[in-house]
Amino acid sequence: MGRIADAFAKAKKENRAALVIYVCAGDPDLRTTEDLVVAAAESGADVIELGVPFSDPTADGPAIQRASERSLAAGTTLAKVLDTIGAIRRRTNVPILLFGYYNPILSYGEQKLVEETAARGADGFLVVDLPPEESDGLRLPAIEKGLDFVPLIAPTSDRDRVTEAAAAATSFLYYVSMTGVTGSKATDLASASERAGALQRELNRPIAIGFGVKTKEDVTTVARHVDGVVVGSAVVRVIEEAESSAAALSAVRTLVAELAAGARRQ
Amino acid sequence: MQTPEPAPGRYGPYGGRYVAETLMPALDELTRAYEESQRDPAFQAELDSLLHHYAGRPTPTYFASRLTEEVGPRIWLKREDLCHTGAHKVNNTIGQILLAKRMGKTRIIAETGAGQHGVATATSCALMGLPCEVYMGAEDVRRQAPNVRRMELLGAEVHSVKSGSATLKDAMNEALRDWVTNVRTTHYCVGSVAGPHPYPLIVRDFQAVIGKEARAQMIEQAGKLPDAVVACVGGGSNAMGIFAGFIDDESVRLIGVEAAGDGIATGRHAAPLCAGGVGVLHGAKSYVLQTADGQIVEAHSISAGLDYPGVGPEHAWLKDIGRATYGAVTDAQALDAFQQLCRTEGIIPALETSHAFAYLPTVAKEVGDDADILVCLSGRGDKDLDTVLAQLKSRS
Repeated sequence: MGRIADAFAKAKKENRAALVIYVCAGDPDLRTTEDLVVAAAESGADVIELGVPFSDPTADGPAIQRASERSLAAGTTLAKVLDTIGAIRRRTNVPILLFGYYNPILSYGEQKLVEETAARGADGFLVVDLPPEESDGLRLPAIEKGLDFVPLIAPTSDRDRVTEAAAAATSFLYYVSMTGVTGSKATDLASASERAGALQRELNRPIAIGFGVKTKEDVTTVARHVDGVVVGSAVVRVIEEAESSAAALSAVRTLVAELAAGARRQ
Repeated sequence: MQTPEPAPGRYGPYGGRYVAETLMPALDELTRAYEESQRDPAFQAELDSLLHHYAGRPTPTYFASRLTEEVGPRIWLKREDLCHTGAHKVNNTIGQILLAKRMGKTRIIAETGAGQHGVATATSCALMGLPCEVYMGAEDVRRQAPNVRRMELLGAEVHSVKSGSATLKDAMNEALRDWVTNVRTTHYCVGSVAGPHPYPLIVRDFQAVIGKEARAQMIEQAGKLPDAVVACVGGGSNAMGIFAGFIDDESVRLIGVEAAGDGIATGRHAAPLCAGGVGVLHGAKSYVLQTADGQIVEAHSISAGLDYPGVGPEHAWLKDIGRATYGAVTDAQALDAFQQLCRTEGIIPALETSHAFAYLPTVAKEVGDDADILVCLSGRGDKDLDTVLAQLKSRS
């Protein structure tokens, strides 16, 4: 079992949902990213989604769009993100999922990326614009190297697509809570969580819910039904609003600790 | 697990569907609806009737005798500028809005660069009584102001997009974000042969009427097929439309003309086929303008409709297999050609279209004087007067 599956299993054993925290690599700079990931892990994040910035993030709302722009303006590249993962690995064992869009991956070379991701100690890939049909070039080499490939399920996915996604998953499935972009206001997180919970039982595979999960209360709502919960834009926003890297670190520690408390099932 | 079936809609290695999972079922639904519509004589009859009585088809093919004198080979113009709304875009929007109604969609969104596709979408929505919202880059809102007013008069809501380079690419990003949010009720009316499958197929098919008519008209009027067919290429819909009529005629050269902006060597251009690399943008694999790290680069062109860092996947494939060839001309060359057509033929072409005309001297050298060249006159240039007059003023 990989580190991500381990983290989900451990959280389940401790009667809580695994808390997945998104950080945009390179926002405001990669040195700070390294510290932010360590801080999030120390504060209760079970898995880190490390965002690789892309110029045209069509699935993201304004918060992550702005974070991506700041990161690219600071000179972030996929190669530098991989270096940062190496640095993070010397400080923490928290599982790291590379999260992003396909073009930078295609441009880097899928096989080469898989090898270097494994060598630096990251744990898998989630690519928002790479549905199972298009994913062989990345997914198969990743699986061969023992890395995870995390497929998405959307509210619009029909039975066949859900089955296909479940078959492509190696650790957990990412359930998009609503039709929309990241950071949107969740319309009905409770019923989305219920539907995802039913799917999780049926598929017998851990599900994490993301999109529109912002507060401790949201996390608690989700944690009642599924094994994992993802918070992204809310984290990116506190980093954006912080006046210094030190302030960002402190704000992320506070937020993640609060979210982690929300992930506990009473 | 078993390897899933490769996605449909491939042109060699190009095309495909690189979009968020949320949109995948909608693309399946659209594919099914389109295939059903193709088998439904009533749909075809309604489409043909609207194209004829409303959009003004067939458009003429016209022998441009005075331009011929200046260029050398015989130049024929397929007059898409005479379509209702002043460009070929309406061929596609009438088809897609009919399709959207058939699917029971109650809201239409579109992206637009020069505003021609936005105007055509707004027009087709007014015709069929559907609400329409158009995403347009803030930079394009500025340089294509008359089209913004036209869309608003036609009842559409125009969203000015300020992110990124504030041009067509960013308008398409915002349209995709809208679609992913409202996908259950909304049809995204894509304006070019770009985007995820089935859009490159649907838009090509709806535009193929250009090539189908032109082929018959050439045989009737010139007594032969053209030796070359020339069209400008941004996303590439007018070019695919006219190429479609001749693709099986091996003797006919197919030539696409991209925007070289300030010049290919300056890096400030919009010519992914001539000077880009393979990448994935807006749901399809094709040629794109990108950095070494796979970040999409802003395009640059005087023509808002060509100012796009990607191109339809079928063009990428036609280039690779050599069935079509692609060149590029600069802003300055396009401006010269714009004026030449005004003076010689009394036709004010769109700046996009002017790129095709600017490439004619190059094509003439390849085919010689005893040859027939068919040019897709994709749109009229009234919308470009502000831009052109400002440029000409700064020249003098």
